[in-house]
Amino acid sequence: MTDTSMPSLRQNPRPRNSRRGRGTLVAWLFIAPALLFYTAFVLIPISMTAYYSLLRWNGIGAMQFRGLQNYLTVLTEPDLLTTIGNAFQLVLYFTVLPVGIGLGIAQVIRTHLGGPFGTTARTILFIPQVIPLVAAGIAWSWMLASNGVINQLLSAVGLGGWTRGWLGDFDFALPAVGIIGAWVLLGLCTMLLVTGIAKIDPTLYEAAKLDGASGWDEFVNVTVPGLRQEIGVCVTVTVIAALASFDIVYVATGGGPGGVTNVPGLEIYRLAFAHRQVGLASALAIVLMILVIACILPIQWLMREPRK
Amino acid sequence: MSGTATMKHTSLGAFAARGILVLLMFGTLLPFITMFSAALAPSGTYPPGLQWPTDPQWGNFVDAFIAAKLDRLLLSSITIVAFVVPASVLFGTMAGFGLAKLAPRGSQFVYLLFVLGLTLPLEVVIIPLYYEMQWLGLLNTKFAIILPLIGLFMPFSIFWMRAHFVNVPAEISEAAEIDGANPWQQFWRVQVPLAKPAVLSLAILQFLWTWNSFLLPLVLVEVPLERTMAGALGAFQGQWGTNIPLLCAGSLLILAPTIIIFVLFQKQFVAALLQGAVKG
Repeated sequence: MTDTSMPSLRQNPRPRNSRRGRGTLVAWLFIAPALLFYTAFVLIPISMTAYYSLLRWNGIGAMQFRGLQNYLTVLTEPDLLTTIGNAFQLVLYFTVLPVGIGLGIAQVIRTHLGGPFGTTARTILFIPQVIPLVAAGIAWSWMLASNGVINQLLSAVGLGGWTRGWLGDFDFALPAVGIIGAWVLLGLCTMLLVTGIAKIDPTLYEAAKLDGASGWDEFVNVTVPGLRQEIGVCVTVTVIAALASFDIVYVATGGGPGGVTNVPGLEIYRLAFAHRQVGLASALAIVLMILVIACILPIQWLMREPRK
Repeated sequence: MSGTATMKHTSLGAFAARGILVLLMFGTLLPFITMFSAALAPSGTYPPGLQWPTDPQWGNFVDAFIAAKLDRLLLSSITIVAFVVPASVLFGTMAGFGLAKLAPRGSQFVYLLFVLGLTLPLEVVIIPLYYEMQWLGLLNTKFAIILPLIGLFMPFSIFWMRAHFVNVPAEISEAAEIDGANPWQQFWRVQVPLAKPAVLSLAILQFLWTWNSFLLPLVLVEVPLERTMAGALGAFQGQWGTNIPLLCAGSLLILAPTIIIFVLFQKQFVAALLQGAVKG
């Protein structure tokens, strides 16, 4: 036994060492196609956006170096600041609503959703994740139209005074856009949280019961800590969806009325391709990228902390 | 005593939970129901939100099919998917294997570079992509969508496949090495067959993201018929936005393929979407 295993142990490292150079080359060949595409269509474009952001350029004519002037414009021009403010307001609807409602539902259900009912619920709640956001925007534009089903329902329950064309209303257009995002993301968050809560050790809940904990105590002390990771995932996904939103807003309101639903994504598109202000659009894009990273990093930190 | 009390409590809780879920499901389906009801109203009218039409105009779906040139749209979308999904799954799997199992010096940094791309908003690269495609002479062709999508999918593909390969026991690679397999043979004969479930989930997610991509086709391809389904839907809305019955019929038709595929592969989709969110 020892006679056969010892030599093989000793021999093993030697051919490996002699193959090292070729092995490294082969390893890089495995990575190369991905790196090539990523470099050509992501890394170079990011660098170009950063470069454009320092220019005044209409996309065709001569480029003019402006330094950080475009960033100054982004941070002082009220119309542009409004788009950033709107994006953060959308976080309320895209993130807080789905995660809050999802947590509530998870707490009530708690056990794994089995059987045909569970399968049906999962299938239906996932449909908004499967369809294009543009379609969600079109469907909801119709629901929120002046003779759409939302107003129909309001009239039916005696709230006829509240009916309006929601997406054309200065006060309600942004919340209405937010509701569309909440509809898209609610199913995913709910299912993530329901799946997560089923994995929490049930004895923790029993112990809480024995200690005479109220439902709220249970929620705060068992559910929320137990779902820390899932909550982190939901918040990450939904915050990115809110800050970088484009499709829904483009279709539902086009940024109107009077810019009250305008978001950075839409403004970048418009500045670059309609107003030919490539430099300013690029500066706004870089600011958006930094904002997303600045919001996501702390969430990732909070998510990982308890693992230690 | 306390036993019956808890029993009562749970069954009441279960009842409430089901009630809430049914309400939620109704809310999820309502947009489709009201679109369907509007799609059956006479073309060109402005119907109320929800009402079973006395004389359902099923012909609206035929008109919308012709107006949207749905046959050509389907072909265009399928072509784009047929390029993007195999390429990005293959490149992602290869790189995931290379980064997890072969891990050459410096690959840590490359992996970090890829992972940073996970949070990148598309708006950050869309402007240079336009000029890049113009320079390559690919504007208004399907390749203006295909090539950038492959690049944009790399962070997630690599993140996903590397996570899979990291969890494959080292003994499997060692056994293959002892049998004299080079990395290429090891990859195809041993690792890829084992990675099938991860590869399938990845392919499902990328099919969805390709089919539903909007900003990229909107900017890079002016002709709706060369776009993906979602991109074309945007154009369809622009053209028929005032004819609610036709718009709703067209939207439902454009939605139908994904929903049908979703319902057929429901189990794999849900698993992929749940895992995809957790890993992403």
